Amino acid sequence: MLELKGITKKFDGKTILDQVDLTVNDGQILTIVGPSGAGKTTLLRCISGLEMVDGGQFLLDGQAFDPATNRDNDAVIGVVFQDFQLFPNLTVLQNVVLAPTMVLKKSAADAEKEARALLERLNLGGKADLYPYELSGGQKQRVAIVRALAMHPKLLCYDEPTSALDPDLRREVEEIILKLKREGMTQIVVTHDIPFAESIADQMLRVEPKE
Amino acid sequence: MHYVSQILPSLISGTGMTLSIFFWTLIISVPLGILVGLGMITRFKPLTWVINIYVWLMRGTPLLLQLIFVFYGLPIAGIVFNRYDAALFAFILNYTAYFAEIFRGGLQAIPVGQYESARVLRLTNWQTLRKIVIPQVVKIVLPSIGNEVINLVKDSSLVYVIGLGDLLRAGNVAMARDVTLVPMLLVGVIYLLLTAVCTLVLKRLEKHYSYWR
Ligand SMILES: Nc1ncnc2c1ncn2[C@@H]1O[C@H](COP(=O)(O)OP(=O)(O)OP(=O)(O)O)[C@@H](O)[C@H]1O
Ligand SMILES: [Mg+2]
Repeated sequence: MLELKGITKKFDGKTILDQVDLTVNDGQILTIVGPSGAGKTTLLRCISGLEMVDGGQFLLDGQAFDPATNRDNDAVIGVVFQDFQLFPNLTVLQNVVLAPTMVLKKSAADAEKEARALLERLNLGGKADLYPYELSGGQKQRVAIVRALAMHPKLLCYDEPTSALDPDLRREVEEIILKLKREGMTQIVVTHDIPFAESIADQMLRVEPKE
Repeated sequence: MHYVSQILPSLISGTGMTLSIFFWTLIISVPLGILVGLGMITRFKPLTWVINIYVWLMRGTPLLLQLIFVFYGLPIAGIVFNRYDAALFAFILNYTAYFAEIFRGGLQAIPVGQYESARVLRLTNWQTLRKIVIPQVVKIVLPSIGNEVINLVKDSSLVYVIGLGDLLRAGNVAMARDVTLVPMLLVGVIYLLLTAVCTLVLKRLEKHYSYWR
């Protein structure tokens, strides 16, 4: 369970997030919606530790923690970026096993076995040895999801997972997110696509721009 | 033909000097260039400031002048190099600046998102640099580094100014002594051979890095 209490974020003195409170229960999906510039991405970046907050606190399973400095490998927060940010110099498989071997210190064989199983589950079975440039947008996104999952995150965050995809691929992302939910993954999804948000959400948070 | 075989030994020994300057400069300047290039993009302003002045000095004045300063100027300040070390020192200073500038550009071409996705995967800065950033930077900078490498082959001829016996000087000596252009023709051919080998090696390297985009 992730809780945010009074999270405040400013850029150059301008308040973007003002006292945000929210709770995401284990295995649930929270969607964050709101107009452009409202601070959805900023909120996600605070949760994933890419931005320092100016106030408030985070609790993970009741324990206070600071995403920006936390190095505990049992409290990883996975992120699927809007533009995926796969590593272009590494194959799909290498993208996935890099962190498990270097950070979690898994053996190459274990990491590979797990990676291949995860790739299989997201229909990427035959793609392990391809480079990112050889993949379609949807495939890249699924690799990004697998790469995040391989770190056994407590929570998986997505920024605009449908924006870089063809409309007909929207269903596919939706199915993946719901499938991961059935497997118990806690997820936060930022989107401006309200129907999409409504169809996957257990809970919706609306952020509004501060004048 | 007889004449060629007569002067060839001295040209070959000159080539040895040229190659020695070339290799040592390359081997030391490339890693240094990476480090200095990293220094140029750190958030520690005093460091970037100092480096920028250094790079500006090295790129803003002729290498020939730098050679003269190192060999004839530094002794005034009590720093004495022998001819060879002075040449190497000046070349390394100069080429490190050029390489640093190239690596800075390469480093800045890597999207912030690459660092961020490495960070959320909990990779350390060093792991990120080694596994993600450097391989991408190397691919980006290879063509520009290649240009500098070719330049270095030819620039090495500047060491004549402090009296080192390189290839060009060997040709020059023979030309003055025998009053013929033949030695210089040979010198040209040898430079062409050297740069051809470099070009070939660089093409190979670029090919090696072409398996991803
Ligand atoms: N690094 C930054 N420095 C300064 N201001 C920033 C920075 N990042 C975001 N902002 C500002 O914060 C506000 C919220 O930006 P954010 O990207 O979170 O919006 P968003 O809700 O994700 O919008 P969109 O739907 O367009 O993606 C914007 O006004 C933006 O200009
Ligand atoms: Mg956004």
